[in-house]
Amino acid sequence: MKKIETIIRKSKFDEVKEALHQIEVNFFSYWDVTGVGNEKEGHVYRGVSYSTSDIQRRFLSIVVSDPFLERTVAAILKSAFTGIVGDGKIFVSDVEEAYRIRTKERGFESLK
Amino acid sequence: MDTNGVLDLMWIVICGILVFFMQAGFTLVETGFTRSKNTGNIIMKNLMDLCIGSLGFWAIGYTIMYGESIGSFIGNPTLFFDDAENMHNLFFQTVFAATAATIVSGAIAERTKFTTYLIFSLIMTVLIYPISGHWVWQGDGWLTNLGFIDFAGSTVVHSVGGWAALMAAFLVGPRLGKYTKGRSNAIPGHNLLIGALGVFILWLGWFGFNAGSQLAISGDNANAVAGIVITTNLAAAAAAIAAMFVSWGLYGKPDISMTLNGALAGLVAITAGCAAVSPMGATIIGLIAGVVIVFSIEFIDKKLKIDDPVGAVSVHGVCGALGTLLVGVFATDGGLLYGGGFHQLGVQAIGVLAIGAWAIVTSFIVLYILKKTIGLRVSKEEEVDGLDIHEHKTNVYN
Repeated sequence: MKKIETIIRKSKFDEVKEALHQIEVNFFSYWDVTGVGNEKEGHVYRGVSYSTSDIQRRFLSIVVSDPFLERTVAAILKSAFTGIVGDGKIFVSDVEEAYRIRTKERGFESLK
Repeated sequence: MDTNGVLDLMWIVICGILVFFMQAGFTLVETGFTRSKNTGNIIMKNLMDLCIGSLGFWAIGYTIMYGESIGSFIGNPTLFFDDAENMHNLFFQTVFAATAATIVSGAIAERTKFTTYLIFSLIMTVLIYPISGHWVWQGDGWLTNLGFIDFAGSTVVHSVGGWAALMAAFLVGPRLGKYTKGRSNAIPGHNLLIGALGVFILWLGWFGFNAGSQLAISGDNANAVAGIVITTNLAAAAAAIAAMFVSWGLYGKPDISMTLNGALAGLVAITAGCAAVSPMGATIIGLIAGVVIVFSIEFIDKKLKIDDPVGAVSVHGVCGALGTLLVGVFATDGGLLYGGGFHQLGVQAIGVLAIGAWAIVTSFIVLYILKKTIGLRVSKEEEVDGLDIHEHKTNVYN
């Protein structure tokens, strides 16, 4: 099993979600995060301009079985892409074990 | 009481209720334009200045303002006003006094000691505001005798509050992090929606503030009241538009909080002349106020380096004085543009300067004494963590 963590533009979330559904990745968690990056956002408040490198993004955590890894990454790479600085990142790591609390199933079965 | 008397009394009570609601507007503007960690403190300041003002103005402030004149300078004070035939007047004037007091709150938000604010608020409503108010509205005041026009209180209410706010913001000092290496930093407000709702509520309440100041609605007063509603609305709308375009030109985008301030600037500016100018005059006064407000906020923030989170000094002090002066230009009876010469303008200037000096000097003395005794400012730790958790041991958003 693999854990795919990805940070994407909020504006791309619906497309990524749809792309994941297309390849039958139907379960994942997400939350909004603030990060620091290369992109600077210019602001003006009451006549005082300031720029912030604090960037708002959405963080998705997806656990899939090994055969699903490549197509999941490919779906995200395609659907989250704009080509402009700040499209985000994907991180892949191993997951040692998984359990479904209700049925006590473990491993690949618990992900279905 | 005859029908006309009943109508007039009812109008004053209804308008007083509208002005009362402006307290909600002030609370919302101040909380929206500041950070969430100080919201509870701002709620308490705005609630308490209304409560303290209500008791204080009834106990003595009202008669200092409206009692029999002593030398055209101050009313003869009597305690605990209880005249069954003037309760509507007491109510109407109480909510005006509370308005003058609450203006200060916004300028010193996020860093001022709660107890200090309460004490200052009491002195404002029982002493500073009623004495200068007496000069203009009691009937025998020295500015009334000169012919000074301030129909609903651009100067009497708003400038007095605005200049006191200037002194308070100056003496209490800027918020931590507002100025670094001599540069002004932005401290964005936590909820502009709340701020916008506050502006709409203030605008609504202002119809009571200005149209109620006719103090009657029976007979020919009805047309006068309707005219005041129109001048008030036009000035606010014109000022918001002007502020929007000026901010658009300066910063490349129409600035939200500046435009909101613009509407308030127009309302403050038209308050003095709402019964004396034409609809066109009101619109021009609004446009001027809408331009001035943006530059005034910038000047106070970046040049004077006085930290006023909500723009209270510019909205109430500067635009109050400006609107009062412009009565001398645009009054259809005696204004400069209507062949009245410079006389009225001169009288307006005397009133603006005299009341401005009064408010600045008295509030400076009171605040300076408070600074040297109980202190104006919370500790650094308290300011960083937020006043809510230290002054009130709670959070507003949970």
